[in-house]
Amino acid sequence: MIQFLGDVLGYLLDPSNWTGARGLFSRIWEHTSISGLGVILAGLLSLPPAVLLAHRRRGEFLAVSAVNLGRALPSFGVVGVMFPITLSIAALTSPLGYWATLIALVLLAMPPMFVNAFTAVRDVDDSLIEAARGMGMSESRVLLGVEIPLGLPLIMAGVRTAAVGVVATATLGAVVGYGGLGRYIIDGFAQGNDVLIFVGGLLVALLALATEVGFGWLEKKVDPLRSRRIRPPRIPTLRDTGIRTHP
Amino acid sequence: MIADGVIDLGWVFDHLGDMWEASVEHAVLTGIAVSCGLVLSVLLSLIALRWRRTYTPITWVTGILYTIPSLALFTFLVPVFGLSLLTAEIALVSYTLLILIRNIVSGIDGVPDDVLEASSGMGMTARQQLLRVQVPLALPAIIAGIRIAAVTTIGLVTVTVLIGQGGYGVFILRGIRRQFLTEALVGTLLSVALAVVVDLLLVGVGRLAMPWARRAGT
Repeated sequence: MIQFLGDVLGYLLDPSNWTGARGLFSRIWEHTSISGLGVILAGLLSLPPAVLLAHRRRGEFLAVSAVNLGRALPSFGVVGVMFPITLSIAALTSPLGYWATLIALVLLAMPPMFVNAFTAVRDVDDSLIEAARGMGMSESRVLLGVEIPLGLPLIMAGVRTAAVGVVATATLGAVVGYGGLGRYIIDGFAQGNDVLIFVGGLLVALLALATEVGFGWLEKKVDPLRSRRIRPPRIPTLRDTGIRTHP
Repeated sequence: MIADGVIDLGWVFDHLGDMWEASVEHAVLTGIAVSCGLVLSVLLSLIALRWRRTYTPITWVTGILYTIPSLALFTFLVPVFGLSLLTAEIALVSYTLLILIRNIVSGIDGVPDDVLEASSGMGMTARQQLLRVQVPLALPAIIAGIRIAAVTTIGLVTVTVLIGQGGYGVFILRGIRRQFLTEALVGTLLSVALAVVVDLLLVGVGRLAMPWARRAGT
């Protein structure tokens, strides 16, 4: 065991393993660049419709379906289905596996982003929205100035969930011939090289944890109420006032 | 909807037997993971409920396990357990823990204080309270957790083909290797279908276990 971890450390400390087209630096770049692009594209495609539908109090069914679909769709399956499809479209064949991986990442990142953004805007306190309207705000001002800022922490929580999932799924890109850190794992399996497998797994795990922590930090940072000592007053619900909802 | 030639229906009908076998394998891999995960989660939840200060570290560790991508988690286990069923199951079980523990603990915490007071006023011991009051009232949250854990696990089991296990992942991996859409699509759709079936079954189990919830119309 000590011997094995020493080998892993030795691999990571050898500078020649870091440089070059198959080096760790370029694999990390392949992994993070496709993940970042996937998250951005999924955000562009899912966040605007989510906040608009929620503002109009529509699309409840779509949101529920997105939750269920997002959970039931196997990420490996989506990558696997996208691979033959992209290969049959001439413009999407190279680099090998890139488009299949990217499209799968976008498809899998959309449901959690959509659901969280939808819930975030829908659950903004009605009394605040009425106050904003009463102050004469236009509908777009209500959405942009009240609903989205107040919902931002929850919207960002969806982005975080999606991003962590994307980093995980990008690993599977190696199965369809794309690079990224999954390359070490898949090649390691093929060669029976446990050191290579472990190096890949370790970096993927660190990248996923860094994504989780980084977005978690961002989530706190964007909360418009974070520095206020006075939080919006809680409207007493039936339970709080001691009135029984049922006998 | 899908044009002829894109989906090879002939292949589908030729492989119904394989699909059945893969379904059984997939269900068994999932069943082992969720039931072991449930046993472990109940134990950890009891610890967290008994000694409050352990709850934060328990959710921390299970949260980290949940964040680590499945393929990466497999790699940490492969040097010790090889490309085996044990490796697959340890990883799958570890994903269920956060979901299940969170639902069990918050479900039991959600039991109203006046109900607890009433039950202790009736002379129930702590153990009786837990088994006859808290657990039944927490059951909706617990079953919701089992549903999420099961559906998530079914999706993850497809990845275990990469460490030599069976299930629908076999179709997906072969579909990739042969660049054969039908096979990859069959593997994916069967996985979604199994998730839907298992989810509905668990809803049914919940109804049977909680006849009072149905009467209340929830």
